[in-house]
Amino acid sequence: MTTNEVYRIALAGNPNTGKSTLFNALTGLKQHTGNWAGKTVSLAEGSVHYKKSTYRLIDLPGTYSLYSNSTDEEVARNYIVFEKPHVTLVVLDATSLERNLNLALQVMEMTSNVIVCVNLIDEAKKRGIEIDELKLMRQLGVPVLKISARNKTGFPALLDTIDRMIRGEITTSPYAIQYNDEIEGKISELVPNVKKLVGDRFPSRWIALRLLDGDTSLLDEIQKRMHQEEESTWNTVQKTSGSHLENF
Amino acid sequence: MNLYEGNKGDRIRIKEVAIEGVMRRRLLDLGFVPGAIVDVLKKSPLGDPIAFRVSHTTIALRKEESIKITGELIQHDNE
Amino acid sequence: MEYSSENERQSFRELLNQANELSTSSLRDEVVSSLYQTSQQICSRTVRFTKSKEDKKTERLDAVFTSPIWGFPIMLAMLGLIFYLTIAGANVPSSMLASFFTWLEDYISMAFFALNSPDWLHGVLVLGLYRGTTWVISVMLPPMAIFFPTFALLESYGYLPRVAFNMDRLFKKVGAHGKQSLTMAMGFGCNAAAVLSTRIIESPRERMLAILTNNFVPCNGRWGTLIVLASLFMAAGFTGGMKTLVSSGVIVGIVIFGIFVTFVVSWVLSKTMLKGVPTHYTLELPPYRRPKFFDTVVRSSLNKSYAVLMRAIKIAAPAGILTWVFANIYIGDTSIFMYGVNFLDPFAQSLGLDGYIMLAFILGLPANEVVLPILLMGYLSTGSMLEVDNLADLKNIFLDQGWTWLTALNMMLFSLLHYPCGTTLINIYKETKSYKWTFVAFLIPTVIAIGVTFAVAQLVRGMGWV
Ligand SMILES: Nc1nc2c(ncn2[C@@H]2O[C@H](COP(=O)(O)OP(=O)(O)OP(=O)(O)O)[C@@H](O)[C@H]2O)c(=O)[nH]1
Ligand SMILES: [Mg+2]
Repeated sequence: MTTNEVYRIALAGNPNTGKSTLFNALTGLKQHTGNWAGKTVSLAEGSVHYKKSTYRLIDLPGTYSLYSNSTDEEVARNYIVFEKPHVTLVVLDATSLERNLNLALQVMEMTSNVIVCVNLIDEAKKRGIEIDELKLMRQLGVPVLKISARNKTGFPALLDTIDRMIRGEITTSPYAIQYNDEIEGKISELVPNVKKLVGDRFPSRWIALRLLDGDTSLLDEIQKRMHQEEESTWNTVQKTSGSHLENF
Repeated sequence: MNLYEGNKGDRIRIKEVAIEGVMRRRLLDLGFVPGAIVDVLKKSPLGDPIAFRVSHTTIALRKEESIKITGELIQHDNE
Repeated sequence: MEYSSENERQSFRELLNQANELSTSSLRDEVVSSLYQTSQQICSRTVRFTKSKEDKKTERLDAVFTSPIWGFPIMLAMLGLIFYLTIAGANVPSSMLASFFTWLEDYISMAFFALNSPDWLHGVLVLGLYRGTTWVISVMLPPMAIFFPTFALLESYGYLPRVAFNMDRLFKKVGAHGKQSLTMAMGFGCNAAAVLSTRIIESPRERMLAILTNNFVPCNGRWGTLIVLASLFMAAGFTGGMKTLVSSGVIVGIVIFGIFVTFVVSWVLSKTMLKGVPTHYTLELPPYRRPKFFDTVVRSSLNKSYAVLMRAIKIAAPAGILTWVFANIYIGDTSIFMYGVNFLDPFAQSLGLDGYIMLAFILGLPANEVVLPILLMGYLSTGSMLEVDNLADLKNIFLDQGWTWLTALNMMLFSLLHYPCGTTLINIYKETKSYKWTFVAFLIPTVIAIGVTFAVAQLVRGMGWV
């Protein structure tokens, strides 16, 4: 592998889980942070140097699921889905892991280069919440790290894990949700047609599932992207960001 | 009963979310799924919206939505 | 090519149809609940709660901050407190900076004369560029370096969503989205950034409302003007702590008036151009978290100071040069600047302002920060060359030009209500992709600013109050 390739690492997660705080701590930049859902509404990039490699970190707006509702969520969804970062760091709030895991599971359906960061571990400790990360790791099938972005704890292990994942030293086997027979049957029905259209650009099982889930905007987006594949990331993001208002 | 009728301290298990479309999806994503347990936390000073605790987070909903989420009262805690 | 893309579109449509046929509402629910069941299962195996699950501290604080009795008074008090701290704290450093820059100017001017530099060069660089820039710095920097850290502390503590929670009912009444309070709070920092922050509002109609009205929250670039005018003219009869208190009261009043206009405009728009009923809304109330005090304060005051400095250099400096040039190029015996002033004067007078103020607002379109400096340079370029060492000198300049408290009040109102700055308009265009709505975003505030100041001027003059 080449040493001076730049690896893109996206920070995804529910709103207000500390993505921007982690981004700032790692890159030394000054993204705005704040204790409310929706502080970040567009992409921010910054770089981190670690062991001779350069990572390009991308701070995304928070999103509750990959099924986007609002423009900020769409920005996040589109990045994770279409820009295909080398690693997606899913940042979870340790104090409400249940809801947060939802997004992690969804991301893991789509890509296997996932690292799960359980953030706000200091808060969790204060509130008497104990998380067994080894067990969680075995369950999820991807690396799980406990960090506190604000107190800057857990970073060495995190960077090391990113490094090893990029080198291909970590093989993940993301938890694959088995849906009921009806859904699985319909997925299999759709998959061949999806494959025919989008080829190997995107995991076809995942697309079939999203289609069944009623996410038609995803397909529009795919179609749009296939026509302008050469355009730069930033332009495309800008382009999609206004789409909700275009109806007026 | 629906969530809007809940009083502070009520614990309700959701049976049905009678909302369609995008909002349904948003509510499901936030944890208002059938079977989930919701605590009624408090009303806003002007009576609406109401804050609920669902899957360890606090979410405020307006009357329009909370009235359409029905469930059964499983506990009332009036300390 | 045409054919193949048509073909492709066809197969996309077919796939979509197939998916729509297969997809049912119960299936979609099943997908989400499978996800939830899985995460529940995983959590039950990996997470252990050793204390009571609930966050009692947040509940107790919410009982106060969102209480039916205390919720609104506390919001007002917080707003007042922030301005009080800002005005009280900024006063001394502001005048120190101002006198420092004036002191420095003397030496710079001497250097220019020593080097026999031509008058025009000294004029452009010192009287134009240097004065414009240093004015922005001394008027804007200290308040910003206090206001923003204080605000950032509240924000990282988790107070903003509570404001949104308390205010939601009012927004709903006027057909707007409750998260508009959040985007308005961002407007205090910068309207241009706040326009982007409206992305958190899911429904296009309500998002448009939030974009079109955001300007009624005074931003970064306008605080300086508001604070200076409030303390010079509105609290003139008071001294010391009382003066600060009255000035902050006036600013709070201005802010509340802006919020009131926001409600009225939202209400009218949602009955006319943006007809519709409020759509769905969910708001997350995160737990209160004690901010890292030092970090937050240092980071946000450095950030803001840096931002103010950059804007001073990028916008105030060129604006300063331009103004000086306009004020010193004569056609006949009147400068270009004065042509503008004279042309605007009759109209401006009917609004309780004057031609200089109006011209300053127009030239200040790129950034609100430069309005006050342009105004001052305009005044200074005409009258006897005054030295501005402190706020009292400043007041004399205004009084010399025939200012009354009505002029100050209307300039504050105009500043609060007038069209968004250039950057904000650009962002509105980027977000809406529509010239029409960008123009509407320009037009509504402009009409309101003119209407309100006109009404106030007529009323005050008619009643013989000035
Ligand atoms: N105690 C504690 N607080 C944290 C930690 N990480 C972040 N925070 C706080 O959590 C809040 C949210 O942080 P952000 O970084 O803005 O969150 P975000 O995920 O970028 O949020 P969005 O941009 O809205 O999606 C801030 O007030 C942070 O100070 C942590 O490890 N411990
Ligand atoms: Mg963020």
